[in-house]
Amino acid sequence: MKLKTLTSAIALTLAGGVAQAETGLIVGIQLEPPHLDPTSAAAGAIDQVLYSNVFEGLTRFGPDGSVNPGLAESWEISEDGLTYTFKLRDGVTFHDGTAMDASDVVFSLDRARAEDSANAQKALFGGIESVEAVDPNTVRVTLSAANGSFLFNMAWGDAVIVATESIENIKTDPVGTGAFKFSNWVQGDQIELVRNEDYWGTPASLETATFKFISDPTAAFAAMMAEDVDVFYSYPAPENLPQFEADSRFEVLVGSSEGETILSTNNLMEPFTDVRVRKAVAHAIDRQAIIDGAMFGLGTPIGTHFAPHNPDYVDLTANSQYDPDLARSLLAEAGYADGFTTTLKLPPPSYARRGGEIIASQLRAVGIQTEISNLEWAQWLEQVFRGKDFGLTIVSHTEPFDIGIYARPDYYFQYDNPDFQTLIEDLTAETDPATRSEMIATAQTIISNDYVNGYLFQLAVPTVVKAGVEGIWPDAPTQAIDLTAVSWSK
Amino acid sequence: MSTYRNLVFGGLLSGVFICAALISFLWVPYDIEALNIAERMRTPTAAHPLGTDHFGRDILSMVMIGARTSIAVALVAVGIGMGLGVPLGLAAAANKGSILDELIGRGNDLVFAFPSLLIAILITATFGPSAVNAIIAIGIFNIPVFARLTRGSALSLWKREFIMAARVSGKNSLRISVEHILPNLANLLIVQGTIQFSLAILAEAALSYVGLGAQPPTPSWGRMLADSQTMISLAPHLALAPGLAIVFTVLGLNLLGDGLRDIFDPRLRRGRS
Repeated sequence: MKLKTLTSAIALTLAGGVAQAETGLIVGIQLEPPHLDPTSAAAGAIDQVLYSNVFEGLTRFGPDGSVNPGLAESWEISEDGLTYTFKLRDGVTFHDGTAMDASDVVFSLDRARAEDSANAQKALFGGIESVEAVDPNTVRVTLSAANGSFLFNMAWGDAVIVATESIENIKTDPVGTGAFKFSNWVQGDQIELVRNEDYWGTPASLETATFKFISDPTAAFAAMMAEDVDVFYSYPAPENLPQFEADSRFEVLVGSSEGETILSTNNLMEPFTDVRVRKAVAHAIDRQAIIDGAMFGLGTPIGTHFAPHNPDYVDLTANSQYDPDLARSLLAEAGYADGFTTTLKLPPPSYARRGGEIIASQLRAVGIQTEISNLEWAQWLEQVFRGKDFGLTIVSHTEPFDIGIYARPDYYFQYDNPDFQTLIEDLTAETDPATRSEMIATAQTIISNDYVNGYLFQLAVPTVVKAGVEGIWPDAPTQAIDLTAVSWSK
Repeated sequence: MSTYRNLVFGGLLSGVFICAALISFLWVPYDIEALNIAERMRTPTAAHPLGTDHFGRDILSMVMIGARTSIAVALVAVGIGMGLGVPLGLAAAANKGSILDELIGRGNDLVFAFPSLLIAILITATFGPSAVNAIIAIGIFNIPVFARLTRGSALSLWKREFIMAARVSGKNSLRISVEHILPNLANLLIVQGTIQFSLAILAEAALSYVGLGAQPPTPSWGRMLADSQTMISLAPHLALAPGLAIVFTVLGLNLLGDGLRDIFDPRLRRGRS
């Protein structure tokens, strides 16, 4: 430890001209986390700040979305695919000094799958029958049915390992095993992390990492231009990107995300109960106009609820190509020749606010009138997501591989198709890759043919980075801003 | 002529926008509900004198219909303020020192004690953003303005001889207020109304700017400004058009108010020149 400090001091001296080496990084993000427990809320901002920086899981996502070893350095899967034996890394400690061992893993997984668990993604743990500590460094997980995506599930931010000793105050004082320790949270302003000097793996290059919350796009532009922040993740105003690109002080990374942006439709509200009406809506939408008008060209059209960069993606955009005449005749067939009026509730991001105005205009062209209301996130969650009081809304579903939400009839768009539910159940149990691919393709086709929602485009994630910052993930395979490998080049 | 400079200039300036709003009912250059993404953010040309916005809509048409929104909201809001504030003020003056006077006076203080725009935001955020709620919110804050003005001026009138005469002739205070006090306050109220009108336009723009005024697709100057904010370095004309429209309308109405006061109250004018 001492030797290390000495060598780095020498290296610093040798670097000479560099009077002040950059050791901290300030990251701008739009939303502030409601609290700091990734295992008990759906808010993406929690994972953005904490995932793999502060908390780690048994497995973890790599920058390309691959599943890599995390706190488990290796694992064995039994022949029948029912038993996973994880070998944990040696000498891992939580930030409060307590050891991370098998009992913490058992506690974390049991807590997440418990009856009264507040975990936002309980389905991830659904197939677990038992979790037992074989010895302090070995955990055996038994599944009730083989699950081809179990290791993938364990990499989610919702499946991170927490400690029994520090669970009490996790929402305000998160204690994890990651390369950064939580230091301070100035509510409404920023969260500060500091480097964990006792990290088990490669230590972080940054000494401090600060997440600043800037929700207003104009303020985001000003903060970036004034170099008040070093990185702005998921930059909110795509129209400003050419300016950053032209400026040698900055670099723009446009990455793919898991964000399927959809015109979510309340499948239980008249007249959307009629598949012809939903089909008419799908054909009334000109996706390219929305991508150009709302996102200034950033985004890939999608025809189903699946990420185009995934090898199993099926291009079904032709299923709902822009055809207003067809839309009008479908409406007439369904008995709405004179159109109808519905609500269009829009959350704050510009893809929704601007996209909403464009969609309203396109729907009006085929006779569907929309009453637009612009909502804040809290109101949107209350009215739309939980209250299911909406006709149409626009939102981006940023969780990876989330086609399973269509198998939940109580999910806010309320799609209830028993065949699809069976298919997803079978898919979860299937482990053969070829059969899985086939089933995933079928699932995509079913929801596309049922026109459950209007499928718009895959959200691109533009990140503005100050020149000299290296190691920022360009893509967003999960909701994470992983800073463990980020450094300043000098 | 120079004495009427404010009046003429202010009248012309605000007249332009009022006419634009009126014309927009009959005709606008382009349909603003049809978006044309391919033609977006064009700089001014002969076809689009003020250019097009980020959805390819004609900005001139947007500003014209936006004027309608602004003026309608401001007009009704001031109407509410005057319609409720003036009778309250008259009643308070007629019953000076009574419980009623106290109630009205303290009620005014209560409303004045809050920053008006914050309460307007509270009202629209609670009852949902819409033009109607914006009107109510702005209207409420106009009530005490008119109530106080009316009460203050009416009190001094009540001491005048012609009111004494009216009293002696047996008229009750209601009749005196309506037949003698109100007509003598008309000039004052018109001047104040003009000023409040310009303030209401500003308030409507501010509410729309934060997204609590008229909802899309109804154009509104405040929202046009908010929408164009991030594009200001890309296409400044998007922000300039609604911004200047607000500035000129408010300036025009203020000058008009000044000019009217000069005419109605010659003593002030002489004092200044």
